[in-house]
Parts: sequence; C-alpha cells; structure tokens
Amino acid sequence: MFSSPRLPRILPSRGLSPKLVSVLQVTPMALVYITLVLVPLGLIFVVSFLDYNFAQVFPELYLETWIDTLTSDLTLSLYLKTFKFLIIVWCICAPLGFAIAYFLAYHIRTNWVRTLLVAAIAIPFWTSGPIRMVSWVPLLGREGLVNQTLMGLGLVDQPVSWLMYSEFAVIVAYVQMLTMPMIATSLNSMAKIKPSVIQAAEDAGASEWQIVRDVIFPLVRPGLAIGTVIIVTAVMGDVFMVKYMGGSQVNTVGMSIITDLNAFMYPPAAAKSVLLLFVVLTIVLALLRFADIRKELRQ
Amino acid sequence: MTRRSRPLSFYILGALTVLFIAYVYAPMACLYILSFQGPDGGMSFPMVGWSLDWFRMLFSGSGQGLGDIPTAFERSIRLAVCVGALTLVISVTAGLAYRRRFPGANFVFYSAIASMVLPGIFIGFGIALSFNMLGWQSNWFTSGIGAQLTWTLPFGLLIMFIILGRFNTSYEEAATDLGASARQRFQWVILPIILPGVIGIGMAGFTSSYEETMRTSLNVGTGNTLPMEVMGLLNAASTPVLFAIGTMTTLVSFSLIIISLLVMSHIAKCRSMRKPL
Repeated sequence: MFSSPRLPRILPSRGLSPKLVSVLQVTPMALVYITLVLVPLGLIFVVSFLDYNFAQVFPELYLETWIDTLTSDLTLSLYLKTFKFLIIVWCICAPLGFAIAYFLAYHIRTNWVRTLLVAAIAIPFWTSGPIRMVSWVPLLGREGLVNQTLMGLGLVDQPVSWLMYSEFAVIVAYVQMLTMPMIATSLNSMAKIKPSVIQAAEDAGASEWQIVRDVIFPLVRPGLAIGTVIIVTAVMGDVFMVKYMGGSQVNTVGMSIITDLNAFMYPPAAAKSVLLLFVVLTIVLALLRFADIRKELRQ
Repeated sequence: MTRRSRPLSFYILGALTVLFIAYVYAPMACLYILSFQGPDGGMSFPMVGWSLDWFRMLFSGSGQGLGDIPTAFERSIRLAVCVGALTLVISVTAGLAYRRRFPGANFVFYSAIASMVLPGIFIGFGIALSFNMLGWQSNWFTSGIGAQLTWTLPFGLLIMFIILGRFNTSYEEAATDLGASARQRFQWVILPIILPGVIGIGMAGFTSSYEETMRTSLNVGTGNTLPMEVMGLLNAASTPVLFAIGTMTTLVSFSLIIISLLVMSHIAKCRSMRKPL
C-alpha cells in the first residue's frame, strides 16, 4: 500500500476505528464511481440484450442485436480502420516520445532549460480540443500555408486535397495530441533511473546506443506501457477528432456508436459499446502487465 | 557529468525536439494571428488587414449563425467551478483514506482506473441511458457535473497519491507527540504542507471540466457548454470568428493557470520565510 503512516499506537482513538475513518473518507468517491460508472455499465450491458423499435426499448430478450454486431462485416471493417489509426499513431508517438524524453533527460544538462522545454511541450495542451482541431485549417486547408508553399515552389499545379479532412489529417492531429503523454510517462520513468546505473554502464565501456537499448529502454518500459494505455483509450474512444479532421468521411467504432445514438437506437449502440469496452479493457489489462501504476506514482 | 564535446546524437535529437515543438506550435500560432484578421479576410493567410472585428462579433454576434457564445461560456465556467471544487474536496478526502489499509481500497482504486480508461463515449452514453431509464431529465447540474466527475476524480486521486507519497510523516508524528488531535493534525500540519498540491487538484478539475466534450455532450441537457458550441460551429462557420474563440478560451485557461501558479509560489515563499499566510 501507500506510505502507511508509522503513527504511534497510543493515538487517542475516540469512537471511530481508523479503518472506519478511511472507509468514510473514501465513500463520496466510491459513490460517484458506483452510481455513474459501474451501474451505467451494467445497464448498458442489460439494454444490449433488449428488443427495441424507434425511440423505445422493450423489456424482452432479443439476441439479434448481438448476432448482428458480432457477425457483420461492418463491425470488422470499423475495428480494422480504428486499429489502423491506433497502430500508425502508436508507431509515430512511441519512438518520438521516447526519443524526446531521452533527449530531455540525458542530453540537457541544465535544469532550467529542461523545465523550459517541458513547459513548452506541455503548454499547448491547455487549449481545448475543438480549437486545436480548427487550428489545422490555416496550415493544411486548401488555401493553407502548406499548399501555398507547394504551389509557390511549383511542386504541384493545384492544391493537394488530402491534407485536410482526410485520414492523413486525423493522424496528424492524433500525433500532435498524443506524443505529449508518451513524453511525460517516459520522462517519469527515466527520472527514476539512478545515475549510478548509467555510470556503471559507461564505465564498463558501453556505447550510448548500448546504454539506451540495454539499460534505459528496459527500465522505461512501464512508462511506455502507461503512455500506450493513454493512446489506446484516446484513439479507441475518440469521436470528435475523427469526425472533424476526417471531414465526416472516415468511419470508426466510436463514430458508429454516435450514429446509433443519434437515431435513438439504444440496444445496438449498447452492444457496440460493450464490445468496444471489452476490446479496450483487454488491451489495457495486457499493457498493465508491464507496469504497476501505483509503483509508477511513487517518487 | 563531465564536460565532453556533444555527441552527434545530441544534435539529431535536439533537431527532432525543436521540430516537434514547431509542429505543436505552428497551428496554434496561425490561429492566434489569424484571429486578428481584417473584416474581409478568410481562414487562411495572407492577412487582409488587421482588426478586432471577429472578437466583436463573438460578443455581440448571435443571429449570424454563431449560436450563443457568451451564454455557453458562462455555462462552462459555472460547470467548471462546481466540478473543480467537488474534485478538490472528494479527491483530498479519498486520498487521505489511502494512508491506512482499509477494506475496499482496491475496489475504489480499480474503479478509478476503470473510470479513467473507459472510452468517454461509453461513460457518457451510460449516464445518459441511466437517466433516460429512470425518467430523469438530463441537466448540467446533475448529470453534467456527474459525467465530468467520472473524468476528473481519478486524476485527483492519482495526484493525491503523488502528493502523499512525498509527504514526510515525521511532521505528523511530531504533532501527535505534542498531543494534537486528528483535526488539529489535519488543519495545522497536513493541509498547510500539501496545500499547493491541493490547489493543483482543484485547477486540474477546473481545466479538465472546461475542456471535456465526450462525456459531457450527452449529459448537459438543454444548452451547450463552450467546447460543444465550438464543435457545432466547426462545420457551420467558415470565418475567422472560430479563431477568435480559440484565442479567447486560450487566454482564459492561461490566466487561470498563471494565477494558480502565482498562488502556489506565494504559499511556498511565505513558507520559506516562515511568515503566516
């Protein structure tokens, strides 16, 4: 457990036992999770098995929804599309995040420069999501700077149309948003590596690359795992980014749930959500085998 | 570390970092600059003169397909204040509970992790569905705050773990030895020491609430929050007024962050000079 206080046992224990005090202290938070996460979770599960027509759900068992969801080619193609995004984004964010974190931790020798760079990387993330999306228009839009430059250089005759409102744009926006968590979690793990360990490797004659590969990387794996969890949940659960950056032309799992919800088709939306939940949790649990979250939070 | 000449990797990685920072900043910089676009200008460069027209339109601009930005902004702030305050109180008390072993500790911890990693759309839909089944009306004050708490509380708890992990319990033991009661220990010893972190939790709750869309969108009832209003405008408006909104909201979050950092450093300063607050 967390730093259990080594308080002397002669505490004046008037009335409440310490355990009971803890339980009472945690109750408000527990209530929020129970009523707003766990009960709705159960309800979604139940509703996914119910019969429905327009805007109404009947309390009758109806398995067609699940059979449809699990056997349709559409589901498969939605997941393939979502996984494609996930894999591309991860393949860019993970090495990039690790490399930048490594640079900040081991190449920057002055503390304030490091703080400044970390702040510079973190600051844009205090701007809200929709604003960050629309900010790509002046760069990637039809008349955006990239197209202006390409045309000015005579590389293309007419504006490149796939820069914005395309799968490319979705990936550009995801990478911009999700590299930062990767940097943060890697940096956190690197900060825990004792300098003496690196020193020992250096003294033993290891090259920089060998140190990175055989010493730092294995020790940073928990950080990378947690960063990956953040990327997985962000990409798998995203709707808005795909919707706007993809110009309503790219369909993913999240989008299909929203489409059902907007049509008041609750049971199909519920079945798709449960499936999504199952997939996300399977990946997250697999990743957490590499990292103990509680250990990571300690100094 | 010994001073050696920089290896080649330093320059490669340095260039990569600089490029990444440019990649993160370029779109935002364009957005801020273009929000001062002249009245005839569009959403791309070049600038057609400079003006504050788009900001003016923002404040007076209902009726031009702009929705109601000022009202949405007010609603967002109101929601963020409530969520920030609740996050602070609930997370700090729950965090204190974890200083001891108690039955249910793992259950609450893993619920928090689940609440954080579950897709936002799933939680939002679940809460909306529950309200629907119970025949309750979604409302910013009930389902809206609730939906946002499922997002902010896990972070609050994790920050509390970090804060308490660094807390030196010998201060508390000293207070106990001097005969302090549980309340006195909290009020005069624990709280003052963890106060900067506690303010951080409140701020994290406020800013997350101010920006959250996925969980909130299905649960605020009638009337949008600011990010949702902007989402709605993304496809409708094609003028720099969107950029003006971006510049405005960024200014708001930045002022808040700077204020809270100033407060935190003030507390730290007072403490180092051993002055009363």
